[in-house]
Amino acid sequence: MTLLEAIILTVITASTPLLIAAIGELVTERAGVLNLGVEGMMIMGAAVGIAVAITTGSSALGVLAAILAGVGLAAIFAALALGLATNQVATGLALTVFGLGLSGVVGAPYVGLQRAGIGKIEVPILSDIPFLGPILFRQDPFVYLSIALVVGVSWFLTRTKAGLVLRACGENHASAHALGYPVLRIRFYATLFGGACAGLAGAYLSLVYTPFWTSGMTGGRGWIALAIVVFASWMPYRAAAGAYLFGGLTILQLHAQSAGVPVPSQLLAALPYLITIVVLVLIMRVRSQGAAGPQSLGTAFVPDR
Amino acid sequence: MRLALERRAQTTLAMQIASPLIAVALTLVSAVVIFIALGQDPARALHAYFISPVSDAWGLQEVAVKATPLVLIAVGLALCYQSNNWNIGAEGQLLMGAMAGTWVAIATHGTPNGPWVLPAMLVAGALGGAAFAAIPAALKTRFGANEILTSLMLVYVAELFMDWLVRGPWRDPQGFNMPQTVVFEPEATVPLLSDGRLNIGTPIMLVVVALAAFMMVRTLKGFEIRLVGEAPKAARFAGFSAKRLTWLVFAISGALAGLAGILEAAGTVKQLQPNLSPGYGFTAIIVAFLGRLNPIGCLIAGVFLAITFIGGENAQIMLKLPLDVTRVFQGLLLFYVLACDSFLLYRVRLIRGAAA
Repeated sequence: MTLLEAIILTVITASTPLLIAAIGELVTERAGVLNLGVEGMMIMGAAVGIAVAITTGSSALGVLAAILAGVGLAAIFAALALGLATNQVATGLALTVFGLGLSGVVGAPYVGLQRAGIGKIEVPILSDIPFLGPILFRQDPFVYLSIALVVGVSWFLTRTKAGLVLRACGENHASAHALGYPVLRIRFYATLFGGACAGLAGAYLSLVYTPFWTSGMTGGRGWIALAIVVFASWMPYRAAAGAYLFGGLTILQLHAQSAGVPVPSQLLAALPYLITIVVLVLIMRVRSQGAAGPQSLGTAFVPDR
Repeated sequence: MRLALERRAQTTLAMQIASPLIAVALTLVSAVVIFIALGQDPARALHAYFISPVSDAWGLQEVAVKATPLVLIAVGLALCYQSNNWNIGAEGQLLMGAMAGTWVAIATHGTPNGPWVLPAMLVAGALGGAAFAAIPAALKTRFGANEILTSLMLVYVAELFMDWLVRGPWRDPQGFNMPQTVVFEPEATVPLLSDGRLNIGTPIMLVVVALAAFMMVRTLKGFEIRLVGEAPKAARFAGFSAKRLTWLVFAISGALAGLAGILEAAGTVKQLQPNLSPGYGFTAIIVAFLGRLNPIGCLIAGVFLAITFIGGENAQIMLKLPLDVTRVFQGLLLFYVLACDSFLLYRVRLIRGAAA
């Protein structure tokens, strides 16, 4: 394997959790719900995923449990922010604090326990193609799933009626309601989908990326996923580009550190966060004022009968 | 048949006071359930968490010491949140304030200095925090960049910057390679008020609460902050500039967080070290909401959350409960606070008929 191949492979693994979480949040936000609890749902997915995988010995059950954990936390958020029309920003922050705490409690018995990561799927014959083979056809299931999610969500949002209705709820909930669409129910499902994706992204971290549990192991990835959604202007393919850009930067930073670049390691470690800020600013400059996300994003909807 | 929210015509004062109390009560009930789930005797665990911190003079002092940064930061955040400015990076502003103040302490270390050092440190701390908070404010007002994400990203940047300082240029040469600065000279430390750790930070915090309460109720600025948050259109017609206000509330909340940071460094630990703050900047967000975004409310809420901080440490030592349990309580508390506040605005009605 050449160095370039190795770098591309690590970029893909670093980008995949960001992509999965960002796609989920993208759907949630397109329905008009701003769930800032991605970090909390993601880390619960990581903790529950590895706990169940170690207890049962089955990675598949671990992944399933992680998705359910994400959905469970998203359901709490939905009950409050949609059911009781609470402030979405504050509720999302509460979800993050809650998730970070609960994941620490759930994961405590599993600290330091190592387990083999989920293996890669090799597509016969195709994976033997030099260079492209290992990159495209020798990946873990999550990578394929993340690509499928991007394609599927993009198709759903732009090509199906349900996707159109979902976007209508996000653009103007009053009109969608007037047309007879169940705004709150659609938002509820969109929020659960976001939770499922965040949980899955968490499972990737604890079952594939670093196959053990440490408290706070998401390290702000949930927040970066939120930034990617803004960066992507709420479009799935751009979210994929954003996730790979951030993943690439993370890896570049790690390689620069190990290569002994004469810069403090802390500065390199701060780069992904600094670049997130720069990108957020640049994207707002480039984008025309009108296209700043779904119009009803983050506002509560209370139908008057 | 379904449940639906219906806007209340008015909210009584009694309901406004009862709402956070009910939230606290619900958190305690949840705590009992969690303790049982973790295999603990709930009575013992509740005692460790909520009673033992306030059962002796030393504990009460510690509560005041921990409540001081929480309340200072929460009062500033309440101003932000009331005017719809979502500063969630107070933790970073706290650290930046601590670093700015520490810079004064280190620059004057070992030189003939006078009683001006500590005031200079406090001013530097407040300025450092305000300057760091000005970054998300500038990015929001100039470019429309989302302040939630930028302010949070800056927390990680501040943490790494401080890590570099205390391991690199500011490391104490006689510190056995520990990542910490020199111990501050007496002129550079906050005077104590007792033989414990209580220092003048606490009275400073009380003055800030009084000033903020006065500002919100009695001054035009306070009215402007409330109006911009509640009715942005009306505020625009009244000639209030939302952008200028964003700058102001970010600067105030950053300054208060920075002040809290340097008070921690110069008062409680007397040096700069990486674990300066156990997440005060994040917990203060919960304090601000539990205190109903009101300065006096923040004071009461800050004391309550300070108790859970110390209770969490006690429970870790006495019952071997993980410290993360405290965060679970804090998250639950905020859930309940938000839910209870919702019932102030709406009543839940049972509606017969087809689902909408």
